[in-house]
Amino acid sequence: MLISNVEIIPGRRIIKHLGMVQGNTVRAKHAGKDIMASFKNIFGGELKSYTELLQEAREEATDRMTRQAKGLGANAVINVRFATSSIAAGAAELFVYGTAVELD
Amino acid sequence: MYDILIFLTLMALGFFFGRRAEKKHFKSIRRREAKYRQILAFSERLPPPNTRPVESQLVSGNVVISVDYFKQIVAGLKTLVGGRLTSYESLLERARREAILRMKEQAAAAGAETIFNVKLETASITKGNGQQVGCVEVFAYGTAIIPIA
Repeated sequence: MLISNVEIIPGRRIIKHLGMVQGNTVRAKHAGKDIMASFKNIFGGELKSYTELLQEAREEATDRMTRQAKGLGANAVINVRFATSSIAAGAAELFVYGTAVELD
Repeated sequence: MYDILIFLTLMALGFFFGRRAEKKHFKSIRRREAKYRQILAFSERLPPPNTRPVESQLVSGNVVISVDYFKQIVAGLKTLVGGRLTSYESLLERARREAILRMKEQAAAAGAETIFNVKLETASITKGNGQQVGCVEVFAYGTAIIPIA
């Protein structure tokens, strides 16, 4: 499955557009990690646990999107966009969407 | 009395450790930026029409950076009078440069030379939380163009 955030795949031709596909996930922070994060908040610096949490969440959302695209019979997703929203205190939604296409 | 002591201790810890962490981070950013200089990142939407056969791959990098206690207090005071919040400016600069670097690292691992359509997204993941952790997430993503040897 090819994923790209431009509307073409260099060197390949699109033979069929299959419409929009999307994937999302809502993640909450781990309470223990949150305590560690608030300690880190005194000293400053990177919050590795949050970085990993968000990265995993994005991978999960992307997985869901590609699964949906596969179900439509696509072999690539183009024009992919990522979005983040915080819906409640301590929880974040990661959202990814794109256009499923079939390449020759 | 104890409250003031705790407050001052936190301020001092934030000031010293925060500054040290920031200096170290900027040093590491500059070093790695020099290392990945040959990988070009563009915010242009499309790669130029090319005769060489290429492959493409989505690359991304993210980072969550927290502000230190000292800066948070200083920024809080500064909001009373308005103006530039230098302490947050440097926080966001660090986060953006780090996210772009991580994206470039991924592109380098894939053997890419250029990255097109680079988008940067900023999210404050702890918004709306009462006793909030002052941190910011920056996510950078783009399409890496890999020449086929």
